Amino acid sequence: MKRSELLSRIIVTVAIVGAIGAPLYFWSRTPLIHARMAENGGWSPDVIQAEVGQPLHLRFTSDDVVHGFAVGQMDMPSVDVLPGKVADISLTFDEPGIYTFYCTRWCGLNHWRMRGTIEVAGASTSPKPVSPPLYVSLNLDIDAPHDALFIPDGKPSAVNGQSLAMSSSISLSQEDYFTQSPYQVFDELKGTSLTDEQRWDAVAYLWQSNTTPESLANGKQLYAQNCAACHGENGAGDGVFANDLNEAGEASMQTMTGAHDMVMQTPVDFTDPTRMLGASPALLQGKILRGGMGTGMPMWGVIFTEEQIWDLIAYIYSFQFEYTK
Amino acid sequence: MAKIELTRSPFIKNALKSRYPQLAVFIIMLVGYIFAILAGLIGTPVGSHNFSIVFVWIAWWAVLILVAVPFFGRGWCAVCPIPLPGEWLQRGAILSPPGKRPKWLNLRVPKMFRNIWMQNISFLLLALFSSVLLTTPNITGIVLAAMLFAAIGLSTIFERCAFCRYLCPVGGFIGLYSQTAPIELRIKDKQVCVQCEGKPCYNGSELGYGCPWDVFPGGLSKNTYCGLCMECIRTCPHDNIAVNLRPFSADLAKPSTRIDEAFKAFIMLGSAMIYAGVLLGPWGAFKDAAYNVGTSAWFMYVIIFLAIIFGILPGFFTLGILKTKSRLPVKHCFASLATALIPLGLMFWVAFSLSFVLTNASYIVAALSDPLGFGWNLFGTTNTAWQPMLTSILAPGQTLALVGGLIWSARTAQKASSEINISSIPTIVYSFILTLVMFWLLL
Repeated sequence: MKRSELLSRIIVTVAIVGAIGAPLYFWSRTPLIHARMAENGGWSPDVIQAEVGQPLHLRFTSDDVVHGFAVGQMDMPSVDVLPGKVADISLTFDEPGIYTFYCTRWCGLNHWRMRGTIEVAGASTSPKPVSPPLYVSLNLDIDAPHDALFIPDGKPSAVNGQSLAMSSSISLSQEDYFTQSPYQVFDELKGTSLTDEQRWDAVAYLWQSNTTPESLANGKQLYAQNCAACHGENGAGDGVFANDLNEAGEASMQTMTGAHDMVMQTPVDFTDPTRMLGASPALLQGKILRGGMGTGMPMWGVIFTEEQIWDLIAYIYSFQFEYTK
Repeated sequence: MAKIELTRSPFIKNALKSRYPQLAVFIIMLVGYIFAILAGLIGTPVGSHNFSIVFVWIAWWAVLILVAVPFFGRGWCAVCPIPLPGEWLQRGAILSPPGKRPKWLNLRVPKMFRNIWMQNISFLLLALFSSVLLTTPNITGIVLAAMLFAAIGLSTIFERCAFCRYLCPVGGFIGLYSQTAPIELRIKDKQVCVQCEGKPCYNGSELGYGCPWDVFPGGLSKNTYCGLCMECIRTCPHDNIAVNLRPFSADLAKPSTRIDEAFKAFIMLGSAMIYAGVLLGPWGAFKDAAYNVGTSAWFMYVIIFLAIIFGILPGFFTLGILKTKSRLPVKHCFASLATALIPLGLMFWVAFSLSFVLTNASYIVAALSDPLGFGWNLFGTTNTAWQPMLTSILAPGQTLALVGGLIWSARTAQKASSEINISSIPTIVYSFILTLVMFWLLL
């Protein structure tokens, strides 16, 4: 064989091996967390290991649309994960446990199912006592109907209710606010001289007096980011995904009405007074914490802090009450 | 304009006769091709950031359709990496001449396949899946790999480069449009070829291989099936092969009478128009239908696609021919006059590609730094934002291409018509109407 032929063969072989080997080498050594719409697999991998106190470096890329990354119950800004781009983040966990990370962008119909877990190993530095959530302490059956038996004609006004409550010395402790529904409080006011409309106005004021503008603002932001896609910007259960969820059929939005009877359910309408005025904050806490159990409503307990849930509940009641003139 | 023999320049002649410059380009192309396959398979699935999509369907396509084909004809085929491994395997060598005994089956391609119908079909197959192919890296990777393996497989069964000549979906239209290019490879003196013993340019010799394209240079009168591999320059013992610079579309003066080539012209013409509608037009339902392969909407798209190419376009063209009341067979007139559609089709593709390429060219800059989508920033350009380029020249450029194509086509129609002694008016009117449709689709 001529030297030129031999040399050519060597060069060609090296070039081909290099062209195949180099990409495969870098591919095998580039750990990336891929984000895809839940329908196409969600996060990959969706289980990440970490150590307490050790920085966890994560690199993300999106394989389809814009996603967002955040870890539940952690004070961190959401990281946008753009298609074809790589985003970096470093996290340090102070406590062991299983943390849920989730998508913060309305990426697709089953966006809410796009979650994963970070398993943080290590010793706890400051173990905290665990107390059951309020709805558990109250032994509430959150799947049973809790409808209001009497509803107002229009939206009760907290501004009107304030003067009525002052003159009638009506108040509501925070404990009662958490555990009672607006309808229960309305019902308890039937011994007063107030008309039905005035009683509802007083209830509106009592609900407003148990929240703050900051809490409402925080709740509004959480609602817009996490709830409005299904429940609608104005709480009417008509979010951009509502119709799609309905059309997607049983696989998407189901509720159990018997052991084997699955019935389609649309997102809850927070403007429905029968349902919402009959629901106590504790009941709503249970719904949000646990999720819909078989419906498209996911569990938020692993994502929201307790304070965030109360903020969210305070805001959800604003779909029933007029807090300002 | 008279022909200018480029190979009179010792520099050009030596560069073409030597195997090393071509081999160097081959290796670069082959590495790029293999990298494109792997990028498609393991790189980011986001098409606009993946080397395989960006460099194959934007960068390569821009060079091919805007530069290589119009100015160098089959210049791309001269450096195409797809047939290389098969050819090397077939010959058992990279540089050295092949052994006397064939290494593989070395069969002759059956006569029924010795035309470009297989190329027409392979192009149409890709065209029907093009919306997915052009946007999905792993599909592109699979198709690129399939073409490489098809070329290797055919090389082990058939003699010469059967893949390039009879199957390559790209080679089919390059061959058609290479007739318009101002570059040609031709013999200098026919008598030399007639008297040449052994015909080494076709059969090979100790200096090189026989023509891989199954062409005897002595009979070469058109660019269509000459792959510009330059082997005949190396093997000719009489220095009778030249590479010439010539007027554009010199080959079209003598129209083809082959139906397969005529239909290639319609396929390319129709595809350019359909792509302009699907990829650049505002019709979402049309885009969805083209993209959602396997759905009933896609099957409808396929039916419309094929109806336009095999029914509507040639149908109206035939009606025009019938108006000429020629005594020649319709088939003969059809094939001859379809020659006029070659420059029109090329310019349709130029106009369409200008839009496609200038809109997406900024992706090349970003993908250069991060070809696999792993978060690299090799040249600091990864975060280059998408930005359509040279938008101010787009409409004038497309107008120039379409009007130029129409004039070119009309002139070609006149020449083709005079060859068979019929009126060119129906062909010119037909070209004019199609140009108006293309204007509507693009501008």
